[in-house]
Amino acid sequence: MAELIDFIIISGILVAVGIYGLVVKRNAIRMLISIEIIANAANLTLVAFSRSLPNAQGQVFALFSIAIAAAEVAVGLGLIIVAYRLYKEIDVAEFRSMRG
Amino acid sequence: MADPVFIGVAVLTVGAAIVALETRELIYGAIALAVSMLGIAGFFLLLDAPFVAMFQIAVYVGAVAVLIIFAVMLVRTQALFTTREDKKRKGAGIALMLIIMISLGALLLASGLNGQFGNFNDSVAIDFREIGQQMLTYYSPTLIILALTLAGSVIAALALARREDITTTGGGEEQHGRTD
Repeated sequence: MAELIDFIIISGILVAVGIYGLVVKRNAIRMLISIEIIANAANLTLVAFSRSLPNAQGQVFALFSIAIAAAEVAVGLGLIIVAYRLYKEIDVAEFRSMRG
Repeated sequence: MADPVFIGVAVLTVGAAIVALETRELIYGAIALAVSMLGIAGFFLLLDAPFVAMFQIAVYVGAVAVLIIFAVMLVRTQALFTTREDKKRKGAGIALMLIIMISLGALLLASGLNGQFGNFNDSVAIDFREIGQQMLTYYSPTLIILALTLAGSVIAALALARREDITTTGGGEEQHGRTD
C-alpha cells in the first residue's frame, strides 16, 4: 500500500515538470498544458491529505478546483485564439504589444 | 515500499506529462495530456476517492483535452511547428526542474510527513454521500458562485472568440462589388 508521502512526492515531480514547461516553452498552448499539469498536482495533494486525515473537505475542494480549472481553460483558449487572429502566431515572445 | 500499481500509475502520469510538453506535434501533446489526466484519476481511485476520479475524467479528459484539441485545429499548422527555443534556455529549464524536484523531495522526506499518517489501512475511506451532503449544505453558496463563475467564463470565452469583422466586412465587400 502506498503511503501519503509517495503521493506528495509524485505531486512535487508534476509541479517541477509543469514549471519546466512554463519556463522553457514559448508556445501559448503548451504553456496552458503546463498550467493544467500544475493544477492537477495541487488536486492530487488535496485528495491525498483528505484521505490521510480523513476529512471530506479536501475532496470537496478538489472538486471546486477542477471546475475552476475548466473555466480557466475556456478563457485561456479564447485569449489564445484572439491573439492568433491578431498576430498570426501563438509564440508568446511575439506578443510584444497589448494593443490590437 | 510502494506497490506495483502505484508505480505503474506514477510512471504513466509523469511520463505522459513529459511527453505532452516535449512531443513535436501539439495535437499529440493534447492527447498525452489526456493520458496524464487519466493517470491522476487513477491516483484518485487509489486514494479511495472514486467520485473525484469520475469528475476528473469527465471534466479533464472529456472537456479540457477536447477543447485544447479543437484550439489546435483552429490554429494554422505552421505556427505550431515553429520551435525557436535555444539549447541554453532548455538546459537551464531542465536544471531548474531538477533543482525543484530534488529540493522538494529532500524537504518532504526530511519533514514530519514521512510515515506520520502513513498507513491508509487504519482509517476508513470517505463516503461520497458525505461529499454530496457537504456540497449541498455548508458549501452551497460556494457551489452557486462556482456555477455563476463557470457560466460567466464560458460566455466570456464565446465573446472573446467571436469574430466581429465577418458580417461587416463581408457585407461591405458585397456592397462594394455591387457598386463597382
